[in-house]
Amino acid sequence: MTDWLSPEEWTAVRLSLKVALVAMGASLLPGIAIAYALERGRFWGRQALDVMVHLPLVLPPVVVGYALLLGFGRRGPIGAYLAEQFGIVLSFRWTGAALACAIMGFPLLVRAIRLSLETVDRKLEDAAGTLGAHPVWVFFAVTLPLILPGIIAGMVLSFAKAMGEFGATITFVSNIPGETQTIPSAIYTFTQVPGGEGGALRLTLVSVAISIAALWMSEWMARRVRRRFLA
Amino acid sequence: MANVSIRDVRKSFGSVAIIKGVDVDIQDGEFVILVGPSGCGKSTLLRMIAGLEDVTSGDIRIGPRVVNDVPPKDRDIAMVFQSYALYPHMTVAENMAFSLKLKGVPRAEQKKRVGEAAAILDLEKLLERYPRQLSGGQRQRVAMGRAIVRDPQVFLFDEPLSNLDAKLRVQMRVEIKELHQRLKTTTIYVTHDQIEAMTMADKIVVMHDGIVEQIGAPLELYDRPRNLFVAGFIGSPAMNFIEGRLEQAGLALPGGVVLPLEGHVPAAPGSELTYGIRPEHLQVAPAGAPGSIPATVTVVEPTGSDTTLIAKVEGSHLTVALRERCALKPGEAVALKPLGQQGHLFDDQGRRIAAA
Repeated sequence: MTDWLSPEEWTAVRLSLKVALVAMGASLLPGIAIAYALERGRFWGRQALDVMVHLPLVLPPVVVGYALLLGFGRRGPIGAYLAEQFGIVLSFRWTGAALACAIMGFPLLVRAIRLSLETVDRKLEDAAGTLGAHPVWVFFAVTLPLILPGIIAGMVLSFAKAMGEFGATITFVSNIPGETQTIPSAIYTFTQVPGGEGGALRLTLVSVAISIAALWMSEWMARRVRRRFLA
Repeated sequence: MANVSIRDVRKSFGSVAIIKGVDVDIQDGEFVILVGPSGCGKSTLLRMIAGLEDVTSGDIRIGPRVVNDVPPKDRDIAMVFQSYALYPHMTVAENMAFSLKLKGVPRAEQKKRVGEAAAILDLEKLLERYPRQLSGGQRQRVAMGRAIVRDPQVFLFDEPLSNLDAKLRVQMRVEIKELHQRLKTTTIYVTHDQIEAMTMADKIVVMHDGIVEQIGAPLELYDRPRNLFVAGFIGSPAMNFIEGRLEQAGLALPGGVVLPLEGHVPAAPGSELTYGIRPEHLQVAPAGAPGSIPATVTVVEPTGSDTTLIAKVEGSHLTVALRERCALKPGEAVALKPLGQQGHLFDDQGRRIAAA
């Protein structure tokens, strides 16, 4: 099995999984918080926040990558600050790839959670209040369980987007084997060199397999949640 | 348990006034029903008592405390919603124990109290089920159980029976009333159904267009409605109204019939008045009987226990409720005679001014 893929290909697969899982995991909590704020909040700048969150969905990925380079690059304002204060460098590192993937997948995550928040019967939350529950408790005991299917769907979308992200990643962190070369970048590289068709095809199959597995898992989890929690 | 007092409470959404100054006093242990057509503000008022809507102005007290700015969780109330609002991800037992879990009541005690409420509501066999596995009536009972277990100062019910079929509604009506007689907890109940109000309440608050039209015991509202709105809203079939002009001999109705009036009528001769008479206070009389109104039968509705007769008179229709069965056929001419002093006279502002 191991010799089916070359070491370089394995590295790309492992890196892709790592980047996608980190991107998904890191965007989960902010995703829930922002979805909640956008759906329930009445605050100044809500519209602007909404637009900001959705921008990556409509902008060319290369533009997002370039903006990240400007902001989070070594000389970018945020990048320089992070490097000086915390020694965190994002550009041309796998962590940068994770950031790019997280941002590209964020609108999908937020949308999925928001849609499920919309369907929650507000009376259920009202009832909890009248039964003596603090709003924070209401969120964790009532709202969160009810939107779990939406959260799972959002996580899968975010993960899948990260697995397939190419434009923003390659612009921001380039295509460095072992550091930032994810499956899509590796496939791209293979297609650029003579005799690379085999590698490209193998990675394509791996990519398809991972996507199917992710979809299947989310379906399974969502069904479990629904059976346990919802009518 | 506690009394609830509502003082000059107003509510506006933006520039739209929904509740325009309402005063209601609810005694400790009383069962009070807020009733009115949809859009009258009754549900909004209930949600304000619950703390789910802000009070624009005025005071709401539960017990001695003004609760305007107290969050719902600290008002010591329990609300039952029309949609039941049961948690789909919790079993019946978990739903009912919700408030106890919040208070940190030990598990054994939770179980005991849920068990007691379940026994009252006949839910013992359903405790491990999920709400989706229950019928509408059972869900309703679970929602009540969840409220009972909280042992609140005040129960709030928001149209709790509206989603049930007619037969179940009658049954649940009885159950809620029995429950109140047993627990004696102050209860505020919102409905648009005046029959629910009449059958269940100690005191009815009739609301219309953001104001209180009348407050009183059910039969008080029925026998002495303060105005045309209450007269027409309370009672089924509804009260009959005929416009007329006050004359020396009585009330001149359209078509030349003069209805003799007994007693003093505090209105000037020539005033335009509305005469109201309940369907059961009209009798079928021999044609031409003095003081009777000639009419033509249009519809006969036998319900088994009684018969409803709808008859056309000059300018309007009259409904007559007869206890006995009747052989009248559509198209037949009849004379309808009001029972003495059972009618009501309303002035041109719609205020009741006298019995007639």
